[in-house]
Amino acid sequence: MEDFLEIGGVRLRSRLFIGTGKFSDYGLIPKVVAAAETEVVTVALRRVDFDNPAENMLEYLPKEVIVMPNTSGARNAEEAVRIARIAREAGCGNWVKIEVISDQRYLLPDNFETLKATEILAKEGFVVLPYMSPDLMAAKRMEDAGAAAVMPLGAPIGTNRGLKTKELIEIMISESKLPVIVDAGIGRPSQAAEAMEMGAAAVLVNTAVATAEDPVLMAEAFRHAVSAGRKAFLAGPGATRKYAEASSPLTGFLQELS
Amino acid sequence: MAFYHELAIYRRELARLQGMKITEDRVRKAIENGSYHPEDFWVLLSPEADAYLEAMARRARELTLQHFGKTVQLFTPLYLSNYCINRCIYCGYNAGHSIARRKLSLSEVEEEARAIAATGLKHILILTGESPEHSPVAYIKDCVAVLRPYFSSISMEVYPLSAEDYGKLIAAGVDGMTLFQEVYDEAVYHRLHLAGPKQDFRFRLEAPERAGKAGMRTIGIGALLGLNDWRSEAFFTGMHADYLQRNFPAAEVSVSLPRLCPQTGNFQPISPVSERQLVQIMLAIRIYLPRVGITISTRERQGFREHLVGLGVTKMSAGVSTAVGGHAVHCDEDPGQFQISDRRSVAEIYRVITEMGYKPVLKDWHDMGLTV
Repeated sequence: MEDFLEIGGVRLRSRLFIGTGKFSDYGLIPKVVAAAETEVVTVALRRVDFDNPAENMLEYLPKEVIVMPNTSGARNAEEAVRIARIAREAGCGNWVKIEVISDQRYLLPDNFETLKATEILAKEGFVVLPYMSPDLMAAKRMEDAGAAAVMPLGAPIGTNRGLKTKELIEIMISESKLPVIVDAGIGRPSQAAEAMEMGAAAVLVNTAVATAEDPVLMAEAFRHAVSAGRKAFLAGPGATRKYAEASSPLTGFLQELS
Repeated sequence: MAFYHELAIYRRELARLQGMKITEDRVRKAIENGSYHPEDFWVLLSPEADAYLEAMARRARELTLQHFGKTVQLFTPLYLSNYCINRCIYCGYNAGHSIARRKLSLSEVEEEARAIAATGLKHILILTGESPEHSPVAYIKDCVAVLRPYFSSISMEVYPLSAEDYGKLIAAGVDGMTLFQEVYDEAVYHRLHLAGPKQDFRFRLEAPERAGKAGMRTIGIGALLGLNDWRSEAFFTGMHADYLQRNFPAAEVSVSLPRLCPQTGNFQPISPVSERQLVQIMLAIRIYLPRVGITISTRERQGFREHLVGLGVTKMSAGVSTAVGGHAVHCDEDPGQFQISDRRSVAEIYRVITEMGYKPVLKDWHDMGLTV
């Protein structure tokens, strides 16, 4: 059985998306993309220098990769919409990760403004992937607004703390019709595997790879973890138990009676 | 509540903290869990914390890497005019100094813009002295219109403005403002500012919050280190940055750590700050406010500046001239506002940062008023 993730009419084999914000050298990015075998890379428009090829991150991305510009720096829906339109005009395709952050202390996304931007951009034909706090009702509204997937955070961005919002993401996975991509907070391959085992459609990783001692090797580790987690999900893991069940101490009498 | 009133509360708090006994355990706890706790910030600034600078550096480095990655943003200042009606006893632009005064014409602004843009920089900081006659808001606005096609982000470091004027300049294309309070101790402030509108301590102190209300994207503050006891000045700077983050959560707040430099008039620092002490301040700020931007200027010497990059600095000036027209129009004629120590070009600083394993970021904002 071939296992695809379909978003915006595109069938993706890779369930590992990569962010580009924190790398020490743009030259590392194509190597990371190759090691991760990633097909979707998110790039902040604010960092793209169209006037200077050496500083233009887009020049470092392999042609076959889907560029997903993000609206980093947007403080409200209006700014996110403007950034998305500029990105499309600049030839970055029609995918967009909506990121609206009106809190610079914890960098938590603003679900209300994100929803507004999602609604506008989906109508304009964008493939919209909103980055959001894991809230089921908000996710349903993103779905109604035309989002192609939802991207809840596992923990505050850049913290590498893993799936702190696990229970809320599990509910989203079970109740949302859209693919659920865990974005932000994943700091270790084991945490990426955990998200995939839970049934996440994909994960997006930046800090954990970019700030590793060897980002290329870490990208490869994430590829294996995502793939292992996905396979485990498809295989259907057995239920976990807190104690061994060798016998039936509470109901054994039923057999004795019969 | 205006910061002016919060400052009064923090003054009383500081008096209490200064009497506090600080043990090794207390310092270690502040290093581990000190974010957003004023008392821990004071502990990190204390003389007792000096012995734990290495542990502070480890923590600060970890936080900087986590939140900013291996990147440093570069920018350069562009001095538009040095006419000034203030008499600040430490400043080269002091109205009482007989220096050559000049102001760039709009065509000279463009000439400077072209020279700076040719270095690859996309972030510019425009500066003027305070002169209603020579550098009014209308002049700044005209300069911004000239600069906008060359740069993706325009910040300004000028005299304090009304909220309405901040709004006008934001509409004209300014996305950032920096204003140093110089000194947070009001009595010392009055001793250092002898004439001019800058004597209004409160109007200056509250300028960043007026800019925040007007919707300014980035807000920078700082105390001019050397003018007063540095521990208390650093403490109030931290409280001010914290206030701005709490009240304007969408704004990106930055702290600069300018140390007083020799300039025309030969004013000497009242309370000198050593490099080790400057590092202590920077580490304490990073631990207290993990996401705040930290800027280090070319007042500091090369070599020292680079070492600060991994420890907390997120923004650096490069290819600097503090003279009006110093990039193209009047190179090498003017002593500038203060003497700089690191005179390296953008290309040299770029190379050094790259060799350290960091990415110099030339563009970190996209002017949404313009298309690509």
